[in-house]
Amino acid sequence: MARLFAAADSATSVSGPPSAGDYATDSLFRGIAWFSAFLIIVLTGYILWEILREAFPAIQAHGLGFITGTTWNVNKAEFGVLPEIWGTLYSSLLALFLGGTFGIAIAIFLTQDFIDHRLATVFRTVIEMLAAIPSVVFGLWGIFVLIPLLKPGAEWLHSQFGWFPLFSTDLAGPGMAPAALVLAIMILPTVAAISVDAFRRIPYKVKEAAYGMGTTRWEAILKVMLPTASSGILAALVLGFGRALGETMALAMLIGNANQISLSLFSPANTLASLLASTFPEAGQIEVQALMYAALVLLVITFIVNVAGLAVQQYTIRKFEGKK
Amino acid sequence: MSDFDLTMPPEAVRPTPQLSRQGFEIRALQSTVLTGLTWLAAVLAAVPLFSVIYLLLAQGGSRLFGSDFVEVITGLPPAGFEMGGGIGPAIVGTLVMVGIASVISIPIGILAAIYLGVLDPHSKMANTSRFLAKVLTGFPSIMAGVFVYAVLVIHWGYSAWAGGIALAVLMLRTVVLAAEEAISQVPQRMKDAAYGMGCTRTQVIWKVVLPTGLPGILTGVLLAVAGAAGESAPLLFTALFSNYFISELSEPTASLSILIFNFSGMPFPNQIELAWTASLVLVLLVLMFNILARLIGQPKV
Repeated sequence: MARLFAAADSATSVSGPPSAGDYATDSLFRGIAWFSAFLIIVLTGYILWEILREAFPAIQAHGLGFITGTTWNVNKAEFGVLPEIWGTLYSSLLALFLGGTFGIAIAIFLTQDFIDHRLATVFRTVIEMLAAIPSVVFGLWGIFVLIPLLKPGAEWLHSQFGWFPLFSTDLAGPGMAPAALVLAIMILPTVAAISVDAFRRIPYKVKEAAYGMGTTRWEAILKVMLPTASSGILAALVLGFGRALGETMALAMLIGNANQISLSLFSPANTLASLLASTFPEAGQIEVQALMYAALVLLVITFIVNVAGLAVQQYTIRKFEGKK
Repeated sequence: MSDFDLTMPPEAVRPTPQLSRQGFEIRALQSTVLTGLTWLAAVLAAVPLFSVIYLLLAQGGSRLFGSDFVEVITGLPPAGFEMGGGIGPAIVGTLVMVGIASVISIPIGILAAIYLGVLDPHSKMANTSRFLAKVLTGFPSIMAGVFVYAVLVIHWGYSAWAGGIALAVLMLRTVVLAAEEAISQVPQRMKDAAYGMGCTRTQVIWKVVLPTGLPGILTGVLLAVAGAAGESAPLLFTALFSNYFISELSEPTASLSILIFNFSGMPFPNQIELAWTASLVLVLLVLMFNILARLIGQPKV
């Protein structure tokens, strides 16, 4: 018997406590993993600091007047981004209205037993593929398909209802309407995916209870499912809005890059992101500083919107996990 | 006198409710109309995708799958009224920069995910790091370009390095969040079994957590690569563009997405046709990674 235990302790056995080498590897590896996670914090801080540092001369020179100014004149060193802020918010709100409506409708369509799950998978794949198409390809599609398609309708609306602020100009080419439409297509997968998640979190018995009270399918959806999923849907809309605010290439190709504030759907406009995209490559030093300031403004707007969205999403997850 | 005459049959006092479905009742009509609208919305939402795919194949397909396939894939972009030409430098440039971004971001991302998912998931540092990764996901992609411009381009000029690093910033957040998700799905019992056998945490991670979470991690990585390949905003003023094949990593580099952007605004039909061809190549590349991700990520349990 004694020999058996002795064998287990001997050096030829495979079992045994971790060696000094194992311990060293372990702490080294854990150190590297810790450092990698730390790197994310450093990176975020570094991004903010660099943009702040580069924008600092422009912040000193223009102050808050930068946000309320409406001219962008390099020769006079006059910079203001109010038209871009307006364009960013206006295009994103239009896109949110369209993309949000369709996104929620699709989430209902996919989760409320309208179609069997194989067809639902097909539709889900189509929506996910929509999210995979690069922004610049949507831009190209917008230029050669959407704008020519919208032109006759825009002309008619302008000639018949020109007195109405939304139709007060003609669609000469790029403009707000095609930009907002493409933006809506691009945020639709985001809104749909997060809303689907919100509907999936509702316990099945909630729907059964509604049906048990004799509701029609749509009464159950409108009066029970939608209110229950409302915070998740709100998160979907806010995060979709955040995505729309920062979208760059498709807008730079479709919005027309005109420095003006207009309510018209058919007039060219500009957004902060497409201002950066279109002016950065050829900008001189003074203009780069102003652009860094513009980038900072965009960063602040998207940061607020995204943190709000994440907070609502967290709240939803906790709400349903608490109930289980 | 009571309202109820007890001599009458009960049906007359309180008529039997109509329990069969009434198709033209307001409630039923509302349900039918809304169902129709939802179908319409779902079908309408699918239209842009099919329109994009149709145009890519119709406009770009003839050039790509035609007789001048080799010229398109390997040729230099045409200038002005020049006919023919190709998108060779852009294809190579995109692959090189996505390669640089992958080499930088995938190891760091997975290591960070290991820390967040296994080593210390609830520490203050993990929570901060996770939150910031999510915040980074919300940052506009052009911010990566602005950041790299401020850090690298101002001092060393436009280069493939700068483009690759800008893409790495964007990939990092996706890799971290996807890999953490995959890693945290590894059942606690499997880890406990390994700890019970006397494994160090590193051994548990390498021998249990990573092999088990591998499909999920690979899915996340491939989706991040697909996303980076399609990005254009961060390359615009980091890699710029070039008409020639890349010879050094420290010079301006072409990419498919910037080629599409540049050519889409040109008045020459040849360039616009090439923009469609480049779009088709780009979408095929992105979809290839996407489908691969889906195949690997399918649950096998």
